[in-house]
Amino acid sequence: MADNVSSGTEFIQRHTIVTRLTHWLNVLVISLLLMSGLQIFNAHPALYWGEKSTFADPWLAMTSVTVADVPRGITTVGDYQVETTGLFGFSGKPGMGEARGFPSWATIPSYKSLADGRLWHIFFAWIFVINGLVYWLWGLIGGHIRRDMLPKREQLKPGHILHEVITHAQLKFPKGDEARTYNVIQKFTYLAVIAVILPLMVVTGLCMSPGFNATVPWLTDLFGGRQSARTIHFISAGLIVTFILVHVVLVLISGVWNNMRSMITGKYAIQVQGDRP
Amino acid sequence: MTVTTNRRRWLGLAGAGLSTLWLSACDKLTADPTFSGVLRKVEGVTMKAQRLVTDRKALAKEFTPVNISKDFRANGTRFPTDEEYVALLADNFAGYKLVVDGLVERPLELTLAELRQQPARTQITRHDCVEGWSSIGKWTGARLGPLLDRAGLKPNARYVVFHCADTLEQTLDGTGKYYESIDLIDAYHPQTILAYQMNDATLPVGHGAPLRLRVERQLGYKHAKYVMRIEVVEKLDAVDANGQTVLGRGRGGFWPDRGYEWYAGI
Repeated sequence: MADNVSSGTEFIQRHTIVTRLTHWLNVLVISLLLMSGLQIFNAHPALYWGEKSTFADPWLAMTSVTVADVPRGITTVGDYQVETTGLFGFSGKPGMGEARGFPSWATIPSYKSLADGRLWHIFFAWIFVINGLVYWLWGLIGGHIRRDMLPKREQLKPGHILHEVITHAQLKFPKGDEARTYNVIQKFTYLAVIAVILPLMVVTGLCMSPGFNATVPWLTDLFGGRQSARTIHFISAGLIVTFILVHVVLVLISGVWNNMRSMITGKYAIQVQGDRP
Repeated sequence: MTVTTNRRRWLGLAGAGLSTLWLSACDKLTADPTFSGVLRKVEGVTMKAQRLVTDRKALAKEFTPVNISKDFRANGTRFPTDEEYVALLADNFAGYKLVVDGLVERPLELTLAELRQQPARTQITRHDCVEGWSSIGKWTGARLGPLLDRAGLKPNARYVVFHCADTLEQTLDGTGKYYESIDLIDAYHPQTILAYQMNDATLPVGHGAPLRLRVERQLGYKHAKYVMRIEVVEKLDAVDANGQTVLGRGRGGFWPDRGYEWYAGI
């Protein structure tokens, strides 16, 4: 370490204005897409593999059955069935419950309206795509992707990756100079999200469009058919939710104010371990 | 009460409050005419964008007989109770005549036997419901293009409207009668047919007997069932002398009148 550096707090510019703006816009847009998407899912709360629906045999379904005059929500995944009253299949305030896939607090609008759900979903899909294109163009041209997102050669050594996994599992986060850049687990995760899962949402979404399907039939075939595309769209959305949950927990426990400040103002504090007198 | 449980309670309340606020904000926005106007404008942009990047003459994917669904779902009206229809059905559609009128040179009235002599097409296609499910079926029917040519379109003809026998929603003003409309590009598309057969059998009542539209590459609700009359028009939102929309509520179809996309391509 250079001997002219003293110990203390140093503020570095962690996120550029483009990263910060696209990030917060995504927070809003992905929330709205997710909730309007669940509204659309609720119109037929069942998923299939392949080109067509096999109504008697969905791989996932949220249904309502009445047992002894009491309606219950049942979720079926493959051969397994679980009662999910109040959450999936049947939910609502006491006495006002109704058969619905996801509960009203998870959908936009909160009441059943496939038409409105679709209007919201497709409107915010445009903003999502434009936002993603801005991020990617800027990231490729400005060097953010190459400089900050792609793992460095030394980060890819198995020993280093193992070390990172172990320290991450112990919830020990990088400090000092190591905190200047993303660690290898962050890089892999963020790359998986921005390069695979988010684009996959757009593509599988388009694959459900019969108009688009006629022009680019091979794309839907690539996913194994329209119902498979719908299933993958749903699973990818689930992966995004999983990512967000883990991401938020890690933000909270790895220095919430520092993290929030860096994503709002760009400034990130790191503790510099300089030579002590 | 300890500090932690107090804080947890506070956080829980704040979370519940925020989510209620967020949801009611979304519901209010949905009901707000300005906001829904913006959403609807963007729907128009989506249609234009789709028509820009997709080939409007492209054929929908066709399948082989092994792909045909054994559980093809019938949606919307499954059994019309409208008097006129019930009477026709009782006679096995012997008295049925398809009317072709509006902006045409030679209005037509065609019996089912005459329709079966029209240039026909058979196709095995996937039916994509707006709800999210798909079924695959085999359809045989008269191609709409040659039929329109036979009637002869007037120069100001722009849209083809399908008037159906079924009332899907009871309304006072009669706008609950099912209808649909397509533009001339879709009308002349080779896969646009008036189907009288499904899976090699006479079209069943649940699927629109005696005649239903197949307009592949669009969502299920465009495929009007129980078609009684084909009317060629210039405008979908035309109004009469009293300022009332002539066709339903003026958006070109039963479901488009109720907030769904008219172009139904996504």
